[in-house]
Amino acid sequence: MANIMIRQADGGGLTFYLPKRDLEAPISSIEFDTPEKWGGELKLDNGGAYYIDPIARPPRLPVSLRARRLGAAED
Amino acid sequence: MTTLSRAETEALIAEVLEVYPEKARKDRAKHLTANDPGIEQSKKCITSNRKSLPGVMTIRGCAYAGSKGVVWGPIKDMIHISHGPVGCGQYSRAGRRNYYVGTTGVDAFGTMNFTSDFQEKDIVFGGDKKLAKLLDEVEQLFPLHRGISVQSECPIGLIGDDIESVSKKGAAAIGKPIVPVRCEGFRGVSQSLGHHIANDAIRDWVLDKRDGSPDTSTPYDVAIIGDYNIGGDAWATRILLEEMGLRVVAQWSGDGTLAEMMNTPKVKLNLLHCYRSMNYISRHMEEKYGIPWMEYNFFGPTKIVESLRRIAAFFDDQVKEKTEAVIARYQPMMDAIVARYKPRLQGKKVMLYVGGLRPRHVIGAYEDLGMEVIGTGYEFGHNDDYDRTTKEMGDATLIYDDATGFELEEFVKKLKPDLVGSGIKEKYIFQKMGIPLRQMHSWDYSGPYHGYDGFAIFARDMDIALSSPVWGKLVPPWKKTVAEEEVKEAA
Repeated sequence: MANIMIRQADGGGLTFYLPKRDLEAPISSIEFDTPEKWGGELKLDNGGAYYIDPIARPPRLPVSLRARRLGAAED
Repeated sequence: MTTLSRAETEALIAEVLEVYPEKARKDRAKHLTANDPGIEQSKKCITSNRKSLPGVMTIRGCAYAGSKGVVWGPIKDMIHISHGPVGCGQYSRAGRRNYYVGTTGVDAFGTMNFTSDFQEKDIVFGGDKKLAKLLDEVEQLFPLHRGISVQSECPIGLIGDDIESVSKKGAAAIGKPIVPVRCEGFRGVSQSLGHHIANDAIRDWVLDKRDGSPDTSTPYDVAIIGDYNIGGDAWATRILLEEMGLRVVAQWSGDGTLAEMMNTPKVKLNLLHCYRSMNYISRHMEEKYGIPWMEYNFFGPTKIVESLRRIAAFFDDQVKEKTEAVIARYQPMMDAIVARYKPRLQGKKVMLYVGGLRPRHVIGAYEDLGMEVIGTGYEFGHNDDYDRTTKEMGDATLIYDDATGFELEEFVKKLKPDLVGSGIKEKYIFQKMGIPLRQMHSWDYSGPYHGYDGFAIFARDMDIALSSPVWGKLVPPWKKTVAEEEVKEAA
């Protein structure tokens, strides 16, 4: 589990940030992005994938969350 | 020297790497690349923020350097104790030229060195008692200080001293904040982790101390984040922002104070100059207080105009109008500088190797003078830095991460730039090779380089370095060939 931060990117879309490794990457897809459910599997455009527990409604961004890495460490 | 093609640059990298043993070569190959401005993700072409190879000459610092030397050190009204043996503090004292206003030793302490001077017995029996005594002494001798930070050196972490509890007790006794910072030098691969640790210490011990106090902010409050006032940089920046109609309430941390930092959560916008060392606290403030942050670049008129307009876009029309007036007022001054220096500097090639923000931020300033940056690299940058750099650099230019002394020398020998911008350790090597060098860590005892005023100085300094007659006198008269003599006489 790692602490991550998700923030609104300047050009729309979301940015993923992992402070521990100073990894900043645009999020290419998010599993659930509806007013009722938000979160799930995050796919990053650098090939990595992380999982955050879905929450009831989209949070106010930026937000710090706990995430689990899916698959091997990228880079 | 003409510009290299991609194949030539790659051949050059391969040639330089040849001397390494196989394992080292494989490792170093990941840190050197020919730039491709098209790609979004720098990690596809360059690896950064990795441990330096044992046995090579790196110019990186340590976590203590990142915390005490960069982030905490310039806060002028606090006393920063280098907790541990005396050397770390003494040899890094006042080298960064973080200017400040104040009476040193009375209400400002920027250039002083405070240390607990660890001896053998402190290592064996622990240094907590010594620290407690030191805190008392500091309070007695310098009663006008506003707070103390305890910057750990390596032994503190190794022997497991509890500086947090000593700090808490001391803070209660003197009624001023005392911040323990766990920035032991062995943490991380470079000073970069020290920046992060220092940012986290500010977040935990300083930032929220005035939450809930009466809000006296205006809609135009901004903070300058990540400007260390090297040679007066932050002042040159502040003038422009104030002329735009903004109110600068805090400078982090050049010429900054503890009170300014505590007041920062009330600003409307954080202006981030050095992304590498202070993005952490900006991200935290964005999340906790909803303060947006933006990166800006105050090197060279082109980038300044761009940045001023982007800053103004956060505010109302009144600020935007004033911004245009500021740009219009300074433009003739800038045109005059460019007209004067560009003919002298046009087409000159520059290689950079510095830390923090400069490998990408100063590119614009050189381009304004008609110069071209043919190679750049960070001492301790991360992938997000290189993401931002690849777009600024030309195609197939050389990019090097944590370059070793050997690599840098070889690159300079092969590329033959007209000017090198790097640190003091490189200065004399390259000057003996006949290549002018500007020390771009603390502006070679000059500055400021930020803002419009800074660009005037920047242009003058580059011209001084390049046009000095000394570069024509490198060959002693008895070694001059006849042909050279004839050329001279004819001229």
